[in-house]
Amino acid sequence: MSITSAARTISIPVVGAPLLEVEHLSVSFPTSSGPATVVRDASFRVDQGTTLGIVGESGSGKSMTSLAVMGLLPRGGTATGSVRLFGHELLGRTDRELRRIRGDRIAMVFQDPLSSLNPYYTIGVQITEAYRAHRGGSQAAARKVAIEALERVRIADPDRRIDHYPHQFSGGMRQRIMIAMAICLEPDLIICDEPTTALDVTVQAQILDLLADLQRQTGTGMVFITHDLAVVSRVADDVLVMKDGDEVERGTTEQIFTAPRAPYTRALLDALPRIDDPFETLKGVQA
Amino acid sequence: MLFYLLRRVLAGILVLFLISLFTFAIFFWLSPDPAVQICGKTCTPERIDQIRSQLGLDLPFLQQYWQFVSGIFVGRTYGEGAGAITCAAPCLGFSFQTNQSVTDMIADRMPVSVTVAVGAAVLWLLAGVGGGLLSAVKQGTGWDRTVMFGALAGISLPNYFVALLLQYVLVVQLQWLPFPHAASFTEDPVAWFQAYLMPWLVLAFGYAAMYSRIVRTNVIDTLGQNFMRTARAKGLDQSLVMRRHALRPSLTPVVTLFGMDFAGLLGGALITETVFGLNGVGKLAADSITKNDQPVIMGVTLLAGLLVVIGNMVVDVAYTGLDPRVRVRSA
Repeated sequence: MSITSAARTISIPVVGAPLLEVEHLSVSFPTSSGPATVVRDASFRVDQGTTLGIVGESGSGKSMTSLAVMGLLPRGGTATGSVRLFGHELLGRTDRELRRIRGDRIAMVFQDPLSSLNPYYTIGVQITEAYRAHRGGSQAAARKVAIEALERVRIADPDRRIDHYPHQFSGGMRQRIMIAMAICLEPDLIICDEPTTALDVTVQAQILDLLADLQRQTGTGMVFITHDLAVVSRVADDVLVMKDGDEVERGTTEQIFTAPRAPYTRALLDALPRIDDPFETLKGVQA
Repeated sequence: MLFYLLRRVLAGILVLFLISLFTFAIFFWLSPDPAVQICGKTCTPERIDQIRSQLGLDLPFLQQYWQFVSGIFVGRTYGEGAGAITCAAPCLGFSFQTNQSVTDMIADRMPVSVTVAVGAAVLWLLAGVGGGLLSAVKQGTGWDRTVMFGALAGISLPNYFVALLLQYVLVVQLQWLPFPHAASFTEDPVAWFQAYLMPWLVLAFGYAAMYSRIVRTNVIDTLGQNFMRTARAKGLDQSLVMRRHALRPSLTPVVTLFGMDFAGLLGGALITETVFGLNGVGKLAADSITKNDQPVIMGVTLLAGLLVVIGNMVVDVAYTGLDPRVRVRSA
């Protein structure tokens, strides 16, 4: 990978610094009755090659946390605290500086792959434009990279399929394309925001396997946002539980699942159906 | 694709057939007897019968309709023997008022209507799309409010009022323009431009108002789409995000609208042409209606229908090029 890329200058790693370190992150939006805080004082870190699962109900602030890391908060949103990539502070940087990081250093995979892809352009255009925005070069070179990325996410016949439109793919394939788009620049961190929520269970399992394989091959760090505890237990090394914008509990996946400290985490786990006890009554979570 | 086109053409023919049938039926049953009208004041029952038989007005409905339609395709002959009048295809009959061929009358007026429509279309596309984009990108600012106020005015003010207001201000008060008068482009381009400027502005004002509101809504809607977030998350710069990802989805629906509006306008801008005294198809329609000149009304109605049908077809074909989702379904 070329060192000349301007993006690299921000991120010659500070020795010993973790891949991503978030400290006391708060996100708020102005409303007519004063600022509304949607994320309060969240802290976590992600090391290279590991996955952090962020779990919570709708409105718990998990997506806003990831958008704050990317500097992509919706209009009016402000983030305070600290977000460091390899020791370099990201909060407070200009949009121009952040643009070099987005896609290149930190990539995102979103929930609904159909609406996340532009229906008017072939997937080839949409994958190569990300590559060319950061690396430049010819369209032919970018296309080659894109085809390789499609191959890696196991899209059959990528030479031909690259010229197809998003609506010509199935839901699972579209999510693979989103992943191909994310990995073609070999980012240090991939943020997956509910990447399997819109997919059926079989396809979900395939996508999770694919992500795990890619992570093993590249050593990419991953933030995996989901409301699905079963998915978290499968992919994450560490877990952050959020509720109403607050951090409820943080720990290793094993600790969270075997010895949860917070009552809310316990309630969440109790609401999970168990395969070994089909007659149990599922408990709801107190909102 | 070929099958798709064929289907569109057949549907268009059906629409035109129905339009012609209904218009013809309305005149056949609801209109005063044209023979009496043609006959004039010094009329005798014999003369009326003679006119009826010459024009084929004594025939049953379907037979008359058939003569009319076949006249369009192969021409027709009125009367028999020495007094017979032939009318070459596409024959739309003769004006009851002037005895001129309706086809010729329309052909004479078309250039004016086309000039009015093309000039206005250029202006309204520039103003409507530009204003809508500005408004959407600067949403909530003074720019947005100014454009939307202008649009509200354009939609709510009737165009005859705008026309008169413009004449009063530009011609009477400021004297920037002479009183509207006909002028030929080749002989006096300046006078030609001055003659058409006000009609263009008046027509464009109303359409631009509507277009800017639609474009604004489309762009704001597109900006909120998930794929816009994806584009930003890829690290594309803002202008590329806007140009590539926002513009095309926002403007494609405008193509449909434009095809219909432009085609409709080619068939004559009734009010604007009348207010400015332009001898276009719209004015011809207005005049023929006040004089109950049935063949002419029939002719301009069919022309308007034909133009809208063609406009629609062009839009449908263009759409297959613009929106890949339509392309596949139609293949």
